[in-house]
Amino acid sequence: MASTEDNAGTPLLSVEDLRVYFHGDDTVSRAVDGIDFTVGPRETVCLVGESGCGKTVSALAVLGLIPTPPGRIVSGRIVFAGTDLAKMEEEELRKIRGNRIAMVFQEPLTSLNPVFTIEDQISEAIRIHHPMSEEALRRRCVELLGDVGISSPEDRLSDYPHQLSGGQRQRVMIAMALACDPELIIADEPTTALDVTVQSQILMLFSSIQLRRSMSILYITHDLGVVAGVADRVYVMYAGIIVEQAGTVQLFGSAKHPYTQGLLASLPSRSRRGQRLYSIPGSVPNPARKPSGCPFHPRCGHAIASCRTEYPPMCDYGQGHFARCPVLFESAGRKVPR
Amino acid sequence: MKDRPNTETPILQVSGLKKYFPVRRGFFQRISGWIHAVDGVDLSVPPGETLGLVGESGCGKSTVARTVLRLLDPEAGSIRFDGEEISDLTEAELKPVRRKMQIVFQDPYGSLNPRMTVGQSIAEGLRAFGIRSAAKRQSRTAELLEMVGLSADSAERFPHEFSGGQRQRVGIARALSVEPELVICDEPISALDVSIQAQIINLLKDLQERLGLSYLFISHDLNVVGYLCDRVAVMYAGKIMEEAPAMALFEDPRHPYTRKLLSAIPEPDPSRKSRAAEALQGEPEAEPRPEAAPEGCPFLSACEDRDASCEHLEDALYPVAEGHLVRCPKASGKVDSA
Repeated sequence: MASTEDNAGTPLLSVEDLRVYFHGDDTVSRAVDGIDFTVGPRETVCLVGESGCGKTVSALAVLGLIPTPPGRIVSGRIVFAGTDLAKMEEEELRKIRGNRIAMVFQEPLTSLNPVFTIEDQISEAIRIHHPMSEEALRRRCVELLGDVGISSPEDRLSDYPHQLSGGQRQRVMIAMALACDPELIIADEPTTALDVTVQSQILMLFSSIQLRRSMSILYITHDLGVVAGVADRVYVMYAGIIVEQAGTVQLFGSAKHPYTQGLLASLPSRSRRGQRLYSIPGSVPNPARKPSGCPFHPRCGHAIASCRTEYPPMCDYGQGHFARCPVLFESAGRKVPR
Repeated sequence: MKDRPNTETPILQVSGLKKYFPVRRGFFQRISGWIHAVDGVDLSVPPGETLGLVGESGCGKSTVARTVLRLLDPEAGSIRFDGEEISDLTEAELKPVRRKMQIVFQDPYGSLNPRMTVGQSIAEGLRAFGIRSAAKRQSRTAELLEMVGLSADSAERFPHEFSGGQRQRVGIARALSVEPELVICDEPISALDVSIQAQIINLLKDLQERLGLSYLFISHDLNVVGYLCDRVAVMYAGKIMEEAPAMALFEDPRHPYTRKLLSAIPEPDPSRKSRAAEALQGEPEAEPRPEAAPEGCPFLSACEDRDASCEHLEDALYPVAEGHLVRCPKASGKVDSA
C-alpha cells in the first residue's frame, strides 16, 4: 500500500465539486452535493458513510452510471488520468469502463448472470476490450481465476454461479474486474454480504492483488472496521458532503469532526463492556429535506447558532487532515478561513 | 453483568437439541438425505443474563432460535423453559409459554404488517395477552412506545413512516407487549446504520436492567457480542464448538474455529492491520457441509491443527476452566499451540 507522501504527484482520479441531484415529482434530492476527492496511484482510498450519504452515487458518477432521469450530474469535474470523464461521450466512456476502471459490487449473485458459465462471463469482459483467440481467452480466464485464489481453476470454468459459494462468487467478480488490468478498481461494499472469515480473506486478496499489480482502489463501505484494515486515506461522508478527510491512522487516532467522533465512540467492543455506549441522537436526514447550514447540526452536541445558517468551510489541520467543522477548529485555537 | 456464576434455575435450558431438514431430489421430490442444521446443542440462559450465540451464516443459529420457540419441531432433545419441559407440548399447551418468550427479528420492516398502524400491531399482542378493554390496550401501547423511546402518538403511524432504527424500536415494543421473561434477539442490529446500532444496543441494555429480561442474543457481529453478552457460545455446522464467559472467550479462545473467527473481526484500529494480514494469509476457503455430518470434527477440513485422531472425535465438550467448554480434546489441554 502506498504511503500518503507518494500522492504529492498527480492523482490518478480527481473529483472536483461533484454534484448529483435526483429529481422527483416535486422534490430534488441532492444526493451528492459538492464533493472533492482524489485517488493517487497505488493508493487505497475509502469513502465511508451510512446509508443514503451519497457514497455509492459518487462511485456511480465516476463510471457514468447515474440513471438519467431521474438522476443528473449537475456540476463537477471527474478527471481520470488527465481527461474529464464528465465531459466524455458514452461511446468513449465505454472504452474506459471495465477496461481502465473496473467495478466490484456488493452482491455477486445479482451481478453475475445465472445462465452463463464462469468462463463465458470472464471472457466476455476481456473480449469487449481486447479481442483475442478462444485459446488465449481460456488461458487468460484460468490465469485470472488462479490469481484470485480459486483452487483448480480449469475445473471451475464450466461452473455456473449458483454452484459457487458466496466467497468464491465474489472472487469471480474480482477476476472479472481484473480481466483488463485496470488502473483503478471501485469496490462498493464488496464484503458486506459475506461472513467475517470470508470477508477477511477477500480483503486480504484485494491488498495482495494491489501489491502485485500496483493498482489504485476506491473502496466504498459503511464498516469502520473494514476501513481501518484496508485504507491509506479516508473520506467520511454525511448527507451528500465530505465532512472529514485524513490518513487512516490520523482519522482513527484523532478524529476532528463531531460526526466522525460520534461514530467512533458509538462502536461496541469488549473493551467498552459495562460502559454505556455513546449514541448520536436522531437519524440521518432525508436527502430531499436536508437541514440548512451544516447538515449535521440537528444531531451535533457542539452546534452553535451559526451552524444552522452557514455552510461550514473545510478546515485544514495539516498533513492532509481536513474537517468541515469550524466550531471544533476554533476551539483548538486555530483561525477559521472565511 | 454478574461477577459470580448464577446458580438460579435457568430461564431456558436446552439439551441435546436436534433439528434436521430433508434434502429432496428428483421429479418425485424423494428425500435423499438430511441436513443436520442443529445437531445436539446444549444451551442455558440464567435469569437476567445474556447468552450470545455466534457463528457464520448456515451454522444453525437461527434454527436454534426457531426451534426453542417451537416455531419448528425438534427431532430430539429437551427444551426447558423456567424448569418446564416444552419440547412435547401441543399448540394449545404452548400458548401460555409463548407469551413468556418473544423474538426480535433482524428486519423489523419484514415482520411488521404494512397495512396496520404500529399501534394496531402492538395491540394485537395485547389482545392475545387477554387485555379486552380497548382503552386499556391503548394506554398500554402508549406506555410501551414510550418505554422504547418513541412518542405515544407514533401509534397512529404506519411502518413505512419510520426509519430503520425506529422500526426496530417498534419491533422491541411489540415483543415486550406480552411481558416476556426471555427475548430472543436474532441479529437485531445487523440491518441498521452504524450511528443507530448504539441506540438500539443501549435500549436493549436499559430494558434488561429495568425489566429483568433474559436475552438469547444471536449475532455474527463479535464486537457487539463482546460488548453485550455475559456468556458466549460459538456454533459451527450445527454444533457448539466452544462456550465460555464472554471475557474468557475473547481473551483465551481455545477452539481453532473460535480463534479463526476472532482473528477475522474487522476492528476499528489501523495498527492491527498487519497482524490480521499475517494470520489469514493463504488460508483455504473451506465450508462446512452439514449434509454430510461427518463422524469426525466438523471443522476438520479447515483446521490447521488437525491430525488422525480428529477423524474419530467423540461427540463431547471438554472443560478448560470453570464454565469454559471446548469441542476439541487437544485445545482443552494446557498446551497453547497458537
